[in-house]
Amino acid sequence: MSSGIAIRTHNLTRRFGTLVAVDRVNLTVPRAHIYGFLGPNGSGKSTTIRMLCGLLKPSAGEAEVLGLNIPREAEVLKRKIGYMTQRFSLYEDLSIIENLEFIAEVYSLSRTRRHERIAQQLELFDLKDRIKQRAGTLSGGQKQRLALAAATLHEPELLFLDEPTSAVDPQSRRDFWEFLFQLANHGTTILVSTHYMDEAERCHALAILDRGSMVADGTPKALEANIDAHVIEIERADLHAARQLLLQVPRVLSVTQLGVRLRVLVDHAVDDATGFIKDALRASQPGVDVQLVRASLEDVFVAATQLRNRERAA
Amino acid sequence: MNSLRRIFAILQKEIRQLSRDRLTFGMIIGIPMIQIALFGFAINTDVRHLRAAVADESNTELSRTLAADAQATQVIDVIAHVRTATELEALLRDGDIDVGLYIPPDYPRRLQQRDRSAAQLLVDGSDPIILSAARQLATLTQHYDSEPPQSLRAALFDIRNHFNPERRSAVNVVPALMGVILTMTMVLFTAVAIVRERERGNLELLINTPVKTVELMIGKIVPYIFIGLVQVTLIVLLGMLLFRVPIEGTVANVYLGSLALIAANLSLGLLISTLAQSQFQAMQMTFFFFLPSILLSGFMFPFAGMPKAAQYIAEVLPLTHFVRIIRGVMLRGADLVHMVPDLGALFAFTAVTLTLAVLRFHKRLD
Repeated sequence: MSSGIAIRTHNLTRRFGTLVAVDRVNLTVPRAHIYGFLGPNGSGKSTTIRMLCGLLKPSAGEAEVLGLNIPREAEVLKRKIGYMTQRFSLYEDLSIIENLEFIAEVYSLSRTRRHERIAQQLELFDLKDRIKQRAGTLSGGQKQRLALAAATLHEPELLFLDEPTSAVDPQSRRDFWEFLFQLANHGTTILVSTHYMDEAERCHALAILDRGSMVADGTPKALEANIDAHVIEIERADLHAARQLLLQVPRVLSVTQLGVRLRVLVDHAVDDATGFIKDALRASQPGVDVQLVRASLEDVFVAATQLRNRERAA
Repeated sequence: MNSLRRIFAILQKEIRQLSRDRLTFGMIIGIPMIQIALFGFAINTDVRHLRAAVADESNTELSRTLAADAQATQVIDVIAHVRTATELEALLRDGDIDVGLYIPPDYPRRLQQRDRSAAQLLVDGSDPIILSAARQLATLTQHYDSEPPQSLRAALFDIRNHFNPERRSAVNVVPALMGVILTMTMVLFTAVAIVRERERGNLELLINTPVKTVELMIGKIVPYIFIGLVQVTLIVLLGMLLFRVPIEGTVANVYLGSLALIAANLSLGLLISTLAQSQFQAMQMTFFFFLPSILLSGFMFPFAGMPKAAQYIAEVLPLTHFVRIIRGVMLRGADLVHMVPDLGALFAFTAVTLTLAVLRFHKRLD
């Protein structure tokens, strides 16, 4: 395995009874990248992450993480990865410093290394003023910084973040991403799951998951460029009526209202998408303004999941 | 080496958390104190001062001595003297007395005849406690035999009450109570301690670290061994101070026996923690186990009196073996060397539950 790849999976699958939570996922995550998992709840993001760190056994398929075969070599891997769970999972009845010391001991950092790293982390994550405070009394943003400080205390090569920002305010989220970029610049590979589009856009590359399957992957730019749909915006129309009408039209993948505009995704197979929409609305709303626009990541996400739904229905 | 460090880290964390958890801390001290007070003071199976009447048709030196001896036991208070057995029966039927002592006219001659009982005890058998108390009466006075009425069978043997001559129930209850308290608190504390980590999500973090299952279990269990020993000390001291419960055997044996029970209960707690999904479930399972322990172990009811099926169940429960061990050590001055079968049973229970717990406790989430 080349040293440039942190994670590689082949047809990774996990079933819970009859439910297929993760269905033949093929991933390639380069080192020192921030790689995103974008998908709604229940799309298999957490299950995939758990399989990659050896917490869940795959039902089928293979995974190689940092050159180690998972789950066979999961115990070796555990020293090299950091993991931040969706909910705060440090001890709320211990103080900041006690939590960090506990984690340092668990990873068997040497005495000098422990002091050094804890001091660095307290400084970096702006926690040094409250080291005696119990973790349970911290704010959401502080808890999250503490969790990241703990997860990266032993300087892992690979960091798993499972919806890390679901419980914090926008400013804390931005600060958090600054930390992530710093880590990536120092060579840490980061796999982060999210359902926020703005976070997904910040990733170097991402995979879109929908009901256990990977429906698209690549850099945000490439994904937007290669979208399987035309993106149309409609203005100056009775938006409500237009929406009701367009939803009935075959080959229209989705219709979303954004303020005074409607954003419409049309199947890629349609050649002249603007003409197609104008034709559809001609009878009821002749004066509408229809424009082809650039796809956003959200469009990519909606198109990928919608197309798959149609394939399923067909 | 790293393994020891990790165990120590978990241990230290556990103690820190424990010292901040006032409820658990209160339970460690509070449960033994409350239980000792309840069982030692309030619940008293030593029945004394039963109301009694004497019908002495013999009226001899010997018969008067018998009546006086019976009174002297304090089991009965003679509140009336009547002339005939019929009057005694009437008093008994009306509930005016609990016990009637009938001494026939030929009492001195009957005493000579070893094949016949010399006197009769008429007992209100409708209350089993009174019945057994009256039996005690028959056994304590050693120089006469009593003939039971048709429906009742008084003891035919002269029973010498060793090891608790005053028959104070606290003496019997306190050593066994130690086992009951350890069973309740040890199983519950370990089960809850681990399930709580799972409920709060701490376990998801821990299983992603190099901490191994065995290390986690040892680190979580060891503090509770000490807590168990603190409880043992507390109960023994309270028993000695409040109820003059003796330690006939060695103190080392008391602690060693207790350690065997603590080990069994902690491993059971671990096993429960691998089965329970929530702290509430862990508590339910603990009580599911605790009830038969209390009822069948011989703590409340005599082991020998239970049906065979119940005895088999009791043999599986650690408390049963501990009750035998601790009564032996504390009351009879027995040495653990002579209690190998019961100790072995505790060790076997520990080995089986611990193995099951380790097998069930995966370091994975599935």
